Amino acid sequence: MSRTFWTRTALFLGALVFLFPFYYMLVGSFQKTPDTTVRGIFPTGGWTLDNYTDINSRVNLLQSLLNSVIVTSGVLLGTVVFGVLAGYALARLHFRGRGTLFAVMLLVQIIPFQLLIIPIYVMIVRSYGLADSYAGMILPFAINSTAVFVFRQFFIGLPDDLFSAAMLDGASELRIMWSIAIPLVRPAILTACLITFIGPWNEFLWPFLVTKNQDLQPLAVTLANYISNIAGRATNPFGAILAGAVVLAAPAVALFVVFQKHFTATEISSGVKG
Amino acid sequence: MSTPVTQRILGRHPLGLLFAAPYAVFLAMVFAWPLALAVWMSFHDYFFAAPGVPVDRPFVGLDNYVTVLGDPDVRRSFVNVGIFLLINVPLTVVLSLVLAAGLNAAVRARTFLRVSYYVPYVTASVALVAVWLFLFSSGGLVNEILGPLAPSPSWLVNAKAAMPVIALFVTWKQLGLFILLYLAALQAIPRDLYDAAAVDRATGLRAFWHVTVPGVRPATTLVVILATITGANLFTEPYLLTNGGGPDGASTSPVFVMYQKGIEQGNPDTAAAIGVVLVVAVLLISLVNRKLLERD
Repeated sequence: MSRTFWTRTALFLGALVFLFPFYYMLVGSFQKTPDTTVRGIFPTGGWTLDNYTDINSRVNLLQSLLNSVIVTSGVLLGTVVFGVLAGYALARLHFRGRGTLFAVMLLVQIIPFQLLIIPIYVMIVRSYGLADSYAGMILPFAINSTAVFVFRQFFIGLPDDLFSAAMLDGASELRIMWSIAIPLVRPAILTACLITFIGPWNEFLWPFLVTKNQDLQPLAVTLANYISNIAGRATNPFGAILAGAVVLAAPAVALFVVFQKHFTATEISSGVKG
Repeated sequence: MSTPVTQRILGRHPLGLLFAAPYAVFLAMVFAWPLALAVWMSFHDYFFAAPGVPVDRPFVGLDNYVTVLGDPDVRRSFVNVGIFLLINVPLTVVLSLVLAAGLNAAVRARTFLRVSYYVPYVTASVALVAVWLFLFSSGGLVNEILGPLAPSPSWLVNAKAAMPVIALFVTWKQLGLFILLYLAALQAIPRDLYDAAAVDRATGLRAFWHVTVPGVRPATTLVVILATITGANLFTEPYLLTNGGGPDGASTSPVFVMYQKGIEQGNPDTAAAIGVVLVVAVLLISLVNRKLLERD
């Protein structure tokens, strides 16, 4: 047997191992009573939608989803508007403090926000009084630094001639950015949105800390609270948990399958590499 | 046109200041200021008080650090992360490099394979924890397959197995990102190097060892650093997977202890000290890794 054959077989087996928990999650969410034996991997009957109605009756599924959408949209909006401006400035404009800003941006990628969670909590909850608010959940993530980096890399990659030509025509800096540079980096905006989306949609620790009001909690928090507090009392605890997990996972998975072309090695590494 | 004087003060494009201002303010607010506040809090007797009430928060020198480093819970959490990193980092580096090399060589179904490997990375930990809880519960599929070999007590309530399971979970979840980083690095290795190696009869494994591994060394540095940072951040997995720290604190993490001490027990000063220790540790580890992995 050729080496390619074995490489390919190993890669496919690996992919199956990676995907198996997703398959198991989906199947389990539609089962009346979970069959954890090996035969239960391919159930032949016992299908039900009860787990979804069950989780929906115990937590406010739609409201939580809506909260996740609001928080994620806030972060995406902040990142696209202010991130593009910052990326453009860092790439093409010479201003005082540019080097410092760039250095801080890189440092942010090394010192993660979890380590500063206590002072950020003190500031946002105690000083600004933003506990139990969308603003409080959005603020620490409002502009994604990795996305700013991706924008900067794309703006740097644009040919200089383009800019000098526009300059000769008498176009202002603002006009050059708006009508020449931004249209050219549209793919980068999509990539940056994908990278940014993962953060707030999946984040658990921060919204968990700043919200006590269940009507404001994003789905990740609602589901986590359900797992740690209530699940034990349900008739089919794992069924309901898995149904919630499917609802939480589905949007992210769908987005990344549809837009997989924009989440490739070259596009991402340009953003993460220092 | 701006005058040379304003140019000298503000730079050649003053407009850049305006464009960058929101981001600069944001970084100051959620990064620079909290970092300074963390250091300040860690040297003072800081406690939560009602807003607007002036309170005295005296300077206490290294007291908070002494408390933190002498606290068995904190030490335990650092040991736990050490165990986590010992399993997670080597596994991550080896698996992601090997899989990336395989993907780079694969022609067919590359998209399917690539997506399969990064799907866990883009999915919420909370959702994935749900299915791992199911898989690793005492009557779950994993024990069902192992039969008499299943550990007792079961995985997530077993002091010896809890942290390794968490390390495995995080390796699986994060691997996709690292595969992408290695793929980019592999594509940057010039073909000539493999041709030259082939002339010296180095193909297959030998070429992998003598051309690929040194060729992706900068990416390896990055992967090791990012994996270490992920370890320093651990919270959701021990909190949910092992029900808040596992048996006898066998799977607590420093961020988890920070949350307990700072917010649940109302000692933000000692919690801030743990944060500062972690920041320093992460910076040191990044520096050492850089030095070790990038020397020739």
